[in-house]
Amino acid sequence: MKVTTLTINGELVSASPGATVLEAARENGIRIPTLCALEGLSTVGACRLCLVEVKGSPRLQPACVTAADEGMEVSTDTDRLRRYRSMILELLFAERNHVCPVCVANGHCELQDRARQAGMDHVRLPYQHPDLPVDITHARFGVDHNRCILCTRCIRVCDELEGAHTWDLAGRGTNARVITDLNQPWGDAVSCTSCGKCAEACPTGAIFKQGSTVGEMEHRSDRIRFISAARARKEWSP
Amino acid sequence: MDKSELQAIAGKERGARKPVCVSCCTAAGCLSAGGGDVMDSLREELSASGASQKVEVRAVGCMKLCSRGPLVRVEDTSDGRPVADGARLYEKIKPSQAPVLIRAAGEGEAAELPMVDLSHPFFTRQRPIVLENCGVVEPERIESYIEADGYLALHKVLRDMTPEEVVKTITQSGLRGRGGAGFPTGIKWSLVAKAISEKKYIVCNADEGDPGAFMDRSVLESDPHRVLEGMAIAAYAVGASEGYIYIRGEYPLAINRLQTAIRTARRLGLLGSRIFEAPFDFNVDLRIGAGAFVCGEETALMASIEGRRGNPSPRPPYPAEHGLWGHSTLINNVETFANIAPILRRGAEWFASVGTEKSKGTKVFALAGKIANTGLIEVPMGITLREIVEEIGGGDPDGQVKAVQTGGPSGGCIPARHLDTPVDYESLAELGSIMGSGGMIVMDDSNNMVDVARFFMQFCMDESCGKCLPCRAGTVQMHGLLEKIRDRRATADDLALLEELCDVVKYTSLCGLGQTAPNPVLSTLRFFRHEYEELLQKEVTLA
Repeated sequence: MKVTTLTINGELVSASPGATVLEAARENGIRIPTLCALEGLSTVGACRLCLVEVKGSPRLQPACVTAADEGMEVSTDTDRLRRYRSMILELLFAERNHVCPVCVANGHCELQDRARQAGMDHVRLPYQHPDLPVDITHARFGVDHNRCILCTRCIRVCDELEGAHTWDLAGRGTNARVITDLNQPWGDAVSCTSCGKCAEACPTGAIFKQGSTVGEMEHRSDRIRFISAARARKEWSP
Repeated sequence: MDKSELQAIAGKERGARKPVCVSCCTAAGCLSAGGGDVMDSLREELSASGASQKVEVRAVGCMKLCSRGPLVRVEDTSDGRPVADGARLYEKIKPSQAPVLIRAAGEGEAAELPMVDLSHPFFTRQRPIVLENCGVVEPERIESYIEADGYLALHKVLRDMTPEEVVKTITQSGLRGRGGAGFPTGIKWSLVAKAISEKKYIVCNADEGDPGAFMDRSVLESDPHRVLEGMAIAAYAVGASEGYIYIRGEYPLAINRLQTAIRTARRLGLLGSRIFEAPFDFNVDLRIGAGAFVCGEETALMASIEGRRGNPSPRPPYPAEHGLWGHSTLINNVETFANIAPILRRGAEWFASVGTEKSKGTKVFALAGKIANTGLIEVPMGITLREIVEEIGGGDPDGQVKAVQTGGPSGGCIPARHLDTPVDYESLAELGSIMGSGGMIVMDDSNNMVDVARFFMQFCMDESCGKCLPCRAGTVQMHGLLEKIRDRRATADDLALLEELCDVVKYTSLCGLGQTAPNPVLSTLRFFRHEYEELLQKEVTLA
């Protein structure tokens, strides 16, 4: 694989061998909003926030899984994309009960950050107000399904870095839920090693450390990138 | 197995024919109307009457006019192959009518039972290629398929043609994917043929899930060997040795008949190792879907075959380069595979002579809704919707046809004023619908278009896998807005919001399900906008 050059927002930039459009943008200080992507984990292209326009392609492409090809012309911040991102965030906020003032992750939440960056200050869609459980059966952690955005970071980090595969997905569509083991209470999930990587990877207040109150749950998602790089490339400095 | 053995089986089958053949439909449509009991009584009555020297009873597949089942056809086959001319098709037969039927058949006379007019356009306007054996061969007997020139195309391909020639023939035939999108089949085959992969797979997509569609089910229940033969030819053409048929669990009869077909084909050496003594091995296995519509999407289908959750993944990479377990994989629909054997038997030019310039061959539709003749039809591409609805379908018995819905939840509603549109991939796409897999639902004035759109949106909402946000949450919001409009609670702002959501979901969803979920709304808005507007609340003006 070779180093490639491509154009992002009219600027000629270089990309490392094998880089995605998202990585190429980040290497060059261009910010593309993401939620499901997390450095150190595999990519799924699910949240659709990182969609970009690629010249010559009739479809929008998710930057996190699209390879940065030589000569590609990418736009990351058009009016159309801004409109779509705003609507995607509105859809997320309306889907479950994201009530920031009473959330453990208030102020440390990637969903909140994305909304602020996108200038999304209100939701035009009716809130769905689903009746969702909170599982605090685990001794140290809890999961609040009201805050979950189904980004599947917890599932991937548990499977790919911890190797436990405690987390998975059950149900489909709007009824999809992250589950532990075979949909048992987290406290009864025998495969869980209580490593806490899921709590660090979670972008919202869905997975939290017990004992944290409003605004106290800070996720250290950079640790995920550190562990992954340490193992893959023997880089031990954070 | 070689050609002479194949011919010997066909000859023996022909020799065993009785002069009069009573064929009873044993596909799911007629079985649900009691066809199984009719079949049993016909057999009992035949052995009791002592006419078994002259008359035979055969369990065949779909005879197409499903709304009039159980169907029984009686024909004189004394001069060899069955001829439609001397055939009588009896409708809505009850087990108690078996004695009358058998006696009349033995005497060569018409029974005094309700009969279907076989000279009706429903039968005469059809052009069977995919369905040529439907209702003729016995789906549970491989000998019956061999008698109808079965596996001759596979023999020809393996003994006389190179894989490149096979791909070239399919390309020249102009066949396009019958799953809905219409990608040229020859190009797809050549992509897999050229791919460098340690192993290659053939997958038959039989996860037919559009509401009201039953084309693939009918083919599999009536003529399963045709699909196996098409898959084996494809495997030879692209260099694969293993195949899967991904079939939905809701089709137990089709699954059963496929299992029988695979077992008997293997026993005769038509599947397995060194087929027709050629250096070619091919095995087929079934994978049963567990009730998820999204598993008809190819990346989700492959995930399901691999034993993972049936979620779609972003493309590229396409299955041709990175398919099952990372190997190059060819995925075609049931109807596409069912077209392969006739094309190789009769040549690409013959196939290309049917249809229009860009859409060759025929298309099978499951005709349903507000129409006189409900059932399975196969028509040449380029036929107009009006010919299908008014001539073949016999029009709407109670009222005026208002619209025709094609393409299921990914398609759209075409209004009656566009009924003269020819049925081909491009013309339907221009009208905001799609060819789709072949569901065709006729609607009249009793169908409110907002409710039609709401029905399909509910379907997409229930069937969304939940992986990508626009489809998971967007379909819920769109469904809510459509309910609000239907219940006269919505304002013009709600309609504007609905249109904005359609745009977002269409262009930001991950897979085809989400990308096409807004289509029923967009097409009804395009042609029946007034029906939406009539339901909106009038704006209150402040004095």
